[in-house]
Formats: sequence, structure tokens, C-alpha cells
Amino acid sequence: MHGSDLPGGGAAGPGSGDGRSGSAAPELRFEVEELTRVEGEGSLRLRMRGDEVVEARLNIFEAPRYFEQLVRGRTPDEVIDIVARICGICPVAYQMSAVHAFEDLFGVQVDPEVRRLRRLFYCGEWLESHALHVYLLHAPDFLGYDSAVAMARDLRPLVERGLRLRRAGDAIIAAIGGRPIHPVSVRVGGFSRAPRRTELAALRPLLEQALDDAVATVRLAATFETPAMERVARLVSMRHPDEYPYNEGHIVSSDGLDIELPAWRDAFSEYQVEGSNALYARASDGSAYLLGPSARIALAATQLHPLARRELEATGLADEIAANIFRSVVARGVELVHAAAEALELVEAYRPPDAALVPWTARPGTAAWATEAPRGLLFHRYELDERGRIAEAQIVPPTSQNQAAIEADLRVFAPSVLRLSHVEAQRRLEQLVRSYDPCISCATHFLDLTVEEA
Amino acid sequence: MGRPTTAARLRVGVARFTSCGGCQLTLAGLHEALLAVADRVDIVEFAEVLSPRSSGPYDLLLVEGSVSTPDQARRISELRRQARLLVTIGACATTGGIQALRNWSDGDAWRAAVYPQPQFIHALRTSTPISEHVTVDALLRGCPIDPGQLAELVTALLVGRRAQLLDATVCMECKARGTVCLISSQGAPCLGPVTKSGCGAICPAFGRACYGCFGPAHPANVEALKAQFADQGRSDEEIGRLFAGFTANAPAFRANARPPLAVLDQPPVGPEPAARISHGFPGVPPLTASGDDDARQ
Repeated sequence: MHGSDLPGGGAAGPGSGDGRSGSAAPELRFEVEELTRVEGEGSLRLRMRGDEVVEARLNIFEAPRYFEQLVRGRTPDEVIDIVARICGICPVAYQMSAVHAFEDLFGVQVDPEVRRLRRLFYCGEWLESHALHVYLLHAPDFLGYDSAVAMARDLRPLVERGLRLRRAGDAIIAAIGGRPIHPVSVRVGGFSRAPRRTELAALRPLLEQALDDAVATVRLAATFETPAMERVARLVSMRHPDEYPYNEGHIVSSDGLDIELPAWRDAFSEYQVEGSNALYARASDGSAYLLGPSARIALAATQLHPLARRELEATGLADEIAANIFRSVVARGVELVHAAAEALELVEAYRPPDAALVPWTARPGTAAWATEAPRGLLFHRYELDERGRIAEAQIVPPTSQNQAAIEADLRVFAPSVLRLSHVEAQRRLEQLVRSYDPCISCATHFLDLTVEEA
Repeated sequence: MGRPTTAARLRVGVARFTSCGGCQLTLAGLHEALLAVADRVDIVEFAEVLSPRSSGPYDLLLVEGSVSTPDQARRISELRRQARLLVTIGACATTGGIQALRNWSDGDAWRAAVYPQPQFIHALRTSTPISEHVTVDALLRGCPIDPGQLAELVTALLVGRRAQLLDATVCMECKARGTVCLISSQGAPCLGPVTKSGCGAICPAFGRACYGCFGPAHPANVEALKAQFADQGRSDEEIGRLFAGFTANAPAFRANARPPLAVLDQPPVGPEPAARISHGFPGVPPLTASGDDDARQ
């Protein structure tokens, strides 16, 4: 946990510390044994020698749950219920990736209103997840508090605004899916029940308020002072010609990748690292890449709702969002505006589908799809046997894909905090990790932050 | 620190074991009511929301998740010593959760199937409820728990009265809600007749069969329901799968659950659940800031 601060960040001072012989500079360590204000259990370790980062590791010690095994032998509809339980923050994302994968394999064409309802469903999840992260987890870093509870003592209206936004998202999910966490109505072929028009119309006042609150969020987030950071990251997200990406589109990147959703494995792969209960993912050429709100804004801003695009432009931070992960809080704000604005339009235009649920027949083969979870692209792949049961599953959550990028960013950022006190340096490093909104429950089969200064 | 006095605010903690985080997030789902609660108590431990940490003592500790690693088995015993009242929340903490399906398997084989280098992974062969490890004072069921039940429990504890939680089956809640029975009208494989109330019978109201995420009612006539499913033409394999859900490891479901990859007829039986309250809701001693558990009945 500590070690003396390096004097002046000196590059090659004599190794006086820790009885280590033969090394040019004493090793400086930062460790955060349990990251707080992130979803799940992980830790950070950073070891430095002078300005050189010897090791940057995000370890995930969240207990494994073996979801890829839990779904084997199950029917597609059972899988939709089971994979929701990977994450209490983004169950909708898991249900959406799975249901689209199965429908793609089975050749199911859902009712156009069902397609729109699924976009609305996803708007709900982005609202509740981004509001939770921006206000309850992340804003305290920028405003000098150690929690939203402490922040609420001085800035109660701010916390209330976050809770209102979250409630709007929860209300959408519950109206469509019965409850905000682990909703029950998603089925292959549509929904087991479609809401009545009046049920969605009842959401309008909440959503109008949410839109105002979301706009206020961007304007607040744009005023946050962030540490300087410049890195050239490979950004990856989905993109669709006509709409901001939720359930459909292509996988694209900042360096020209453009592939179909089921083809994720053509460009990316997973591997395991000792000490972590998560599998990492990297591009096939071994490089790290960044998913999530910042990547989506960089790659798909032209499809943002006009109100969201206007707010993004007014911040003047579009370029910085792509280069400085601390600005992800602004990106989340912009996406809150998008989600609230689109949800409002979908609710106003809603007509119950003629067929909430269309019939389908299972067939063997490979079902693969990706959707845009709040934290980024979530890829599912299932092998189905002759009975239409799962023979094999692969689930690649956004946080395990971001893990390599988080570690790469730690290496870039770490030298800039060496002159700070140990406590402050550690706080900044933790803030960096929090900026990715890591979801550790998701990544386990995934996070641990120990910073060692070597 | 130290014992709370009459004037002291209650110290509340939230601890997480193996789970998805959804039940503790239900606290955040109380929205504005959360702030009202935060005004009344000191939330001293809640790692996913608060950076400051406290290892105790707690007047009330809410525990989410199951015990599935050696570290967790040690940690829950220490937490129990620090907590005046320990309340488990959700299907993982009260039954072992969906991850308890590995209790029917050869756990090492599962680890090897998911991780290329299984030797890096430290996990117990089983996932078990908190009550198999320590005494539990009260529990909230569900995957996830119901926000209304959570609000009722916390409110009751704060004002020192008994929580009023319906002790019935999902069937009762369907009747109260006016939902047409899916078993008699559609021949659906609905677990409502044997599942504990508390969710408000959401699934049938949304046109699908209950899948038992609140766990078994007490009593639960599972044999009669299985016979009904057989009359509907369902195979033993399918009926076994229906019970192999989010509360499969609960005693009344365990013998009837057949997860697809099961190699054991039943999981190894743990010690009798230690919970003082094994069903319904409780005779929880009202929690008062005086530290006198029996102060008010």
C-alpha cells in the first residue's frame, strides 16, 4: 500500500528504498485494494520505477458465476431470463443482445412497433445507468466529495436531479418489462405483453422533466475541471445509418473497421490473465480499444438526436471527449439528452403492435449479435443444437473489452500524478478507472486496482 | 464508534457477496425515499456508492449475494460479529442464486469450461445462502427484491415496529390483481402456486408464467403442481428444468430441480439453515437506537 513518494519524479535516482539492490530507481507502488463507487469488486495495482510504469493492472476479484455454463442445455427464452442476472445495472442490454442473436438465427421478423419498443426499452436503461454513474458515482470526484451521500448534504438538488433521471429510466423499463431490474417480458419474437398506449403516455411528464434534467447535466458536466490527458485510443462502437446505435448497425472503429455485428470474432478475441476473474479482450492484432459513451459520440455523433447534438456542440468538447477519458462524464450527459429526447418521441408516436409476439421455430446453428450496452458493445454468441438448446455460449461484456484500454491509459496517466501526495495520486488513479464506468459484475467471468510504485 | 446511544443515529451497512448487484441497487431505486432514509441513518458501508469504508459495528447490515469463495466464507462470519441485525436481501443471499446450479455439477469441470487457465480461479465448489454460514435475523426474497418490501422493512426497523409483508403465494397476488390464471386458461407451466408472494405477480400480469424467483412459499405443495405439469404433457426433464431457476437451491425446490448439466441428483446438503426466520416475515426485534433489542415489541 504505500512506499515513499519519489522525489520530484526523478528518472534515475539511486535506489535507496526498500532494500532493493541493483535497480536504478526505487520502486513506487500504488494499490487500491478494493475500488469503490464502481459496480462490483476489483482492485488497482500500479508499480513505477521513476517515470516508467513497470506494471499497470486492473484486477477483478468478483467471484466467478460461470454463466456460459449456466445457459448450456437451456432454451432461448430461458437464456434471456438467465443472462439478465449477469448485471443488476444493465439487464436490458443482456436481454437485447441475446434476443437479437436468436432472432437473427431463426429468421424472425418482429413487428415494427416491437422494434421501436425495444429502442425505448434501451433508452430506459441508458437513462438509469448513466444517471447512476454521473450523479451517484462519478460527480463526487469532480466536486470534491467522497460520496453522493456527502454531496447531498451540500448539493441536495443535484443529487435529487440524478435520482429523478434514474427514476425516469426505471419507469420506462418497468412499463415495458414489469420491473426496473430483471424485467420479465422480453421473449424471442417480441414481448410477452406490449404496454397499452395510456401506460406509455403516463410517462410523458417524467420524460419531459428528464429531458430538462439531462440538458442541465451536460451543462454541469462541461464545467467540471478534468486532469489533462491526451491519448490516441482506438475507438470502437456500433453505427447505424439512420439512428444512434442500440440494437442494430455495424461494428466500426476510428481506424476504419466496418463489420457486421455477428462477425465480432473476426476482429477481436478474448484471453485470460493470472489474478483476474475476467477474460480480457483485444483486437486481433493485439491492440487495446475503447468502447462506451466516448467512443459512440466520436463515431456516431451525426446520428444523435438534434437536441443532444446541439448540447454536445455547445460544450465545444467533442474532440476532447475522444482523447481524454475524464470527459466521459460529458459524453454520458449527452447520451442522457439523447435517450430522454428519443424516449419522449417514441412514447408520443407509440401504437400497440399488431403482434406483440410472433411465432418462431428454433433451428441449430450459430446465433451471434451485439448491442450497445450503456458501457459499450456487448457481444453474445451461442451454438444451438438440433433441439434448439444452447450447446456453447460466449458472452463478451464491454468492461472486459475496455480492460486493456484502462491499463494502457493508466500507463499514460501515471507519470503525471507522481508529484502529488500519495493519497492524492491514488485518488486520481481511482478517478481515472471510474471514468470508464467499469462494471465488474459483468466482466466476471472480470477487476482489482493495486497501484505499486516500483 | 461504540454502542449507539439513544441519541445516536443508526449505523447501516450494505455488503455484497456473489451476485449481480441488482438487489443493493434496489436501494438506489427507492429514489427520493433513499435521501429520506439517508437523513435518518448513517450509511457507513456501501462500497459501490461510498468511498469511505467501515468494517463495523453495524446496527443493521443488509447482505446481498451468496457465499461462493473461501474468502467469503471467512468474511461473513466476521461481518456477523459486527452486526446487531443481519438481513439477507435477494435470491442469491437467501438461496444461493442462479449460480447455485453448479452445486449439482462437478464444480472443477465448470471452471475449466469457462476459463482457459482454471488454476487462476479461486472459488468454492458450491454457492450457498448466507444462512448456511451464520444466523440471519430476517430476509427479503426475490430476484431482485421488491422495492416496496425493502422500503417497508427499512421503515419498520427505523420506527421500531414489525414489517408488514404478505406471507402467501404468487397465486394470491394474481387474484388480488385480477389476472386470469395462466395454468387454467392456457396450460402454462406457472410456478405461482408454490412461489412466495412479494413481487405483486408481475409475470402472469405480463403474459408469462411465474418462474419462481421469490423462492418457495411455505408450505409449498410441489408434488401436486408437478402432477399438474405432467398432466399438461410435460416431460420429467422439462419439469426438472422449471424448478432449476434462480431459487433452485431452496430446500423445497432442491429435490425437484434438474439443471441441464446436473451430474448429481441433489446438491450436497448443507447444515440446517440457521435463520431465525425461515419463512414469512419475522419476529425481527425492532431496531432502536438504544441498543436494547427488546425495548419495544
